Order: sequence, then C-alpha cells, then structure tokens
Amino acid sequence: MADVKKIATRESYGNALVELGKEHEDLVVLDADLAGSTKTGTFKKAFPERHFNCGIAEGNMMSIAAGLAAAGKVPFASSFAMFAAGRAFEQIRNSIGYPHLNVKIGATHAGLSVGEDGATHQCLEDIALMRTIPGMTVICPSDDIEAKAAVKAAYEMDGPVYLRFGRLAVPVINDNEDYKFEIGKGIILREGKDLTIVASGLMVPEALRAAEMLSEDGIEARVVNIHTIKPLDEELILDCAEKTGKIVTVEEHSVIGGLGSAVAEYLSEVRPTIVKKIGVNDVFGESGPGDVVLRKYGLCAEGIYNTIKEM
Amino acid sequence: MNTSELKKIANEIRKGAITAVYSGKSGHPGGSLSAADIFAVLYFDELNIDPADPDKADRDRFVLSKGHCTPGYYAALAERGFFPVEDLKTFRHVGSYLQGHPDKKHIPGVDMSSGSLGQGISAAVGMALSAKISNDSFRVYTLLGDGEIQEGQVWEAAMFAGAKKLDNLVVIVDNNNLQIDGPIDQVNNPYPIDSKFAAFNFHVINVEDGNDIDQLKSAFAEAKTVKGMPVAIVAKTVKGKGVSYMENNAGWHGKAPNDEEFRIAMEELGKAGE
Repeated sequence: MADVKKIATRESYGNALVELGKEHEDLVVLDADLAGSTKTGTFKKAFPERHFNCGIAEGNMMSIAAGLAAAGKVPFASSFAMFAAGRAFEQIRNSIGYPHLNVKIGATHAGLSVGEDGATHQCLEDIALMRTIPGMTVICPSDDIEAKAAVKAAYEMDGPVYLRFGRLAVPVINDNEDYKFEIGKGIILREGKDLTIVASGLMVPEALRAAEMLSEDGIEARVVNIHTIKPLDEELILDCAEKTGKIVTVEEHSVIGGLGSAVAEYLSEVRPTIVKKIGVNDVFGESGPGDVVLRKYGLCAEGIYNTIKEM
Repeated sequence: MNTSELKKIANEIRKGAITAVYSGKSGHPGGSLSAADIFAVLYFDELNIDPADPDKADRDRFVLSKGHCTPGYYAALAERGFFPVEDLKTFRHVGSYLQGHPDKKHIPGVDMSSGSLGQGISAAVGMALSAKISNDSFRVYTLLGDGEIQEGQVWEAAMFAGAKKLDNLVVIVDNNNLQIDGPIDQVNNPYPIDSKFAAFNFHVINVEDGNDIDQLKSAFAEAKTVKGMPVAIVAKTVKGKGVSYMENNAGWHGKAPNDEEFRIAMEELGKAGE
C-alpha cells in the first residue's frame, strides 16, 4: 500500500474545474472564502474572470448561483459540506431545487476526515439533507479518477447536483482501463457470494481491504462502489440482495439518512434484506487527525471487518 | 406610457390582485396593493420584455423577492399579456399553474421562483452578475418588502452587489411600514433603510410617494443614469392602497376578503378607474 498514489478528491475537483473551464465558457465558480481549501483557487488562477468570491456568506452564494443558472451560466458553488448543505440547505432547496436550476454544488471537507477542526466542521448529515430535495443528484466519489469524472458528468447533465469531496488524500483505486463513470450506476469492484459491502467515497478502499481480510477467513464479499447515492442504482442493489443475501453499507456519514438508509429504504419495499449500516452512529465527531478519528469511529477496514464478523 | 394610462393599469392590477385573493380564498392583498403602482411602471414602462417571447435572451429580468405578493405580480403579468387575466381566478387552486408563490418552471414571465424571504435579491444579483460576465445589456430589477430586509441574506446580497459594482441591478424596497406582526419599527426596526443601502455602496433614491406614478418613473429614469454602483429605490407606500378598509392595516397582510368585503373593494376600485 505504501506505493499507492494518494490524492484528495477536493484536489481532483479543482483540477477538473480547470479542465472543463478550458472547454466551456459558461462554467463559472463561486466560493465563500475557502478557495484555498476547496481548491476552487486552482480554477481562479486559470480563469480569474470567472471565479467569484462571495465572502463568508454561503446562503447568499447559493442563491446567487441560482440567479447565474437562471441566466444561462453553469455555476459550481463551493464551500465545506457543513456550510453548503448545512447552513445553506434552505437556499439550495428553494432557490435551486424547486426551480430545478442547473447549479452544481461542490462540497468539500465532508465527514469525519476533516479531522482536527472537530465536530462543528465534520458534516455527517449532508447526504441525508440533499437527497430529500426532489430532482437533486447526489454524488460521493471514491478517488481522484472518479471525482474528476463526476465533475465532468455533473457539468454535462442539466439540473442540480451535489458533489461531495473529502479533505484527506485517499488512494487512487480506479486507474484501470475498464473504469467507466456513469451517474446513477454503481460499480462491482470485487465478486463474492456471502454478502455485499456497499460503500461510497473514501470508504470504498476500506471496504476492499475489509473484503480481503474476510476472504482469509473464508468469507467472500462482493464489494460495490455506489458513487451516486441519488438516483440510487436500484437494479444493482436488488441484484446484490438476490445474489448475496446480506448487505453491509459503509459511509462516512450518519447512519441516519445516507447511503445505508437509501439502500435499506429501497430493499425494504422490494426484497426485505438484512442491511447492516456502518457509519457514524448518531453522534457528533471530534478533533484529531482525520485518519485517527475515522479509525476511532470504526470507519476503516478493521472496523468493517469486525462489524461483519459479529453479524 | 403616459401617467394616466399607467394609473389605469395600476388600478386594473389592484382589481386583479383582489380577484385572485378572493378566488383563492387566501393570499396577500396588502403588499400587492402597496406595490401595484410599482408593478405598473415596471411592466408597462420600464422593463424590456415581450409577452410573446417570455424567455427572450436579452429581456430585462424581474425577481419578486417579496414573493408572497403574487396577487399583484400575477395581475401585472396577466394585464401585460403573459397569460389570460381570467386565470387569476385559479390562484392558489389545486392544479393551477398560479402557485401561491412565484414558480418559474410553470408561469410565463416569471424569471425566478421565490417566496422564502431574502433569497430573491441574491438570485437577482446572480442574474446581474451573469450579464456582467458576458457583457449582456439586460438589466435586473428586484422588489423587496420592508419587513423582508430583516433577513440577513438581504445584506449579504447587498454587500456583494455593492462590492462587485453591479450597476445593472435595481433593488426596490416597498416601504409600506407594516409586516405581519405590526409596524416594522416595532417588530424589529430596520430604519433607516436608505442609509443602510448607501453604506453597502448603493446609489439610493428615496421616493416620497411610492404610489405616485410620476415619482416612480423619475426614480427609474435616474437609476438608469447611475454607473459603477447598484441602485436602491426606497419607495414609501401605503399597505392596502386603493381599498379603504385595507389601507395601513397589517391585518390585511395575508387574508382574503369575504363576499361583502370583495364587493366593496371592487366597487371602490371600479370608481377609482372611472
């Protein structure tokens, strides 16, 4: 693992914006005094005339993005997930969601892996909030390659998209020729007959590692990367339930309302299946190095392995 | 358009607004009536718009930031020809496209969905910014309530508009002095309104009588001459203007008239239109 290339998906976001900005003049970027952290600063360097700093006013930024979209631009509005999905929820719901405007929300620093800043900045509710908005597409990419593909796909589709990125550098896992990103289509990364681990974001490589550990014990887990939480790849989830029975979901999010809930809600209606949700168990996070905090809350290969062994 | 014609149109807008609220058995007559003259001047004198082509690219944009005043807004749009005046009778009915608050997806002539106070001005700022980015010539107008400016987002938007020198943006404050719970200075005093906008780097125009067509026309004319900063027009109006029992009465902020009250209102407005 030591040689694996690592890059934070927020870096991928900034780089993807620059690439898209070269081709598309209607792409504009908004930030709220976090351009250095969200990496929209990378876009600002390349296209200063299309980058607008709204200052520390996230609600206003989201409604400005709505106005830009209403006038034909394709705005990417960025802040930390806490202040994008959290503080500006109602602006996103009413100014962007209700009129179904073509705004892309680039939310970085999601989840516990924010680390040292602690609970106030560790957003564990954004997926839950965003997926309740009719017509909102919700994407949580797992690595650099997927994040860049997601930003491109978000630009290319018409309608609001919530893109969730992380602060921590994470391993590149999708650098193979077969990799294909399609909004709403999950990816089977590993086959197995005993259960399925459904993961998103930075939990995907952890799920893969957990599957290897389980394999040594004779348990073969299918591993599925669900990068699009909404619309959910229901066909694939149903297939997992049918072929492997038990399902374990893993996400860097509250167990309330996120990927696990989406999977369980769907299966409970079509094929009741045991769905064990691994996530943050209805508590706030805390300060500490991101990877250490993740481990403390069981969001690592060992935590996934232990939970599955106890099932 | 000349002043007497605009006065007649404002009166028709008032009739349409009352009809809508009466038919819907709910809605907001007070702020619709205070803004009727503003709607008339905007839609029949000021805005570059075409009801036959509501989405034309170079049209001026209008955002009703005080989104609850749809009765007056829809009446103005209908009067201008964006949809039939008759449809005002479906206001707030199940299945009607005339939703309680502006719905840009379904209503011809509506540039932005609004209704959650404080957000419309930001959307208008976004539109004005878009025009600046691509050197479009259109201008953007937004109408705010004076209670609405208690929302912090209004000042976030104002700070941005002033900082970015959006001189294609005109913010109008319908200063009728009343909000749901009473006089604005008693609820949570936002006065002085003019110097607040001035402090956010707006060119401010005070309109002594915001129900006077000529004063409004000259304010919009002055707004067009301003370069390098956005404009705020603070228009002193009378809430419920034109219907005697609704005037200066906060109780008519969001209430529908009964049959008798409707009859009286339409009779008064009928006489005013003669």
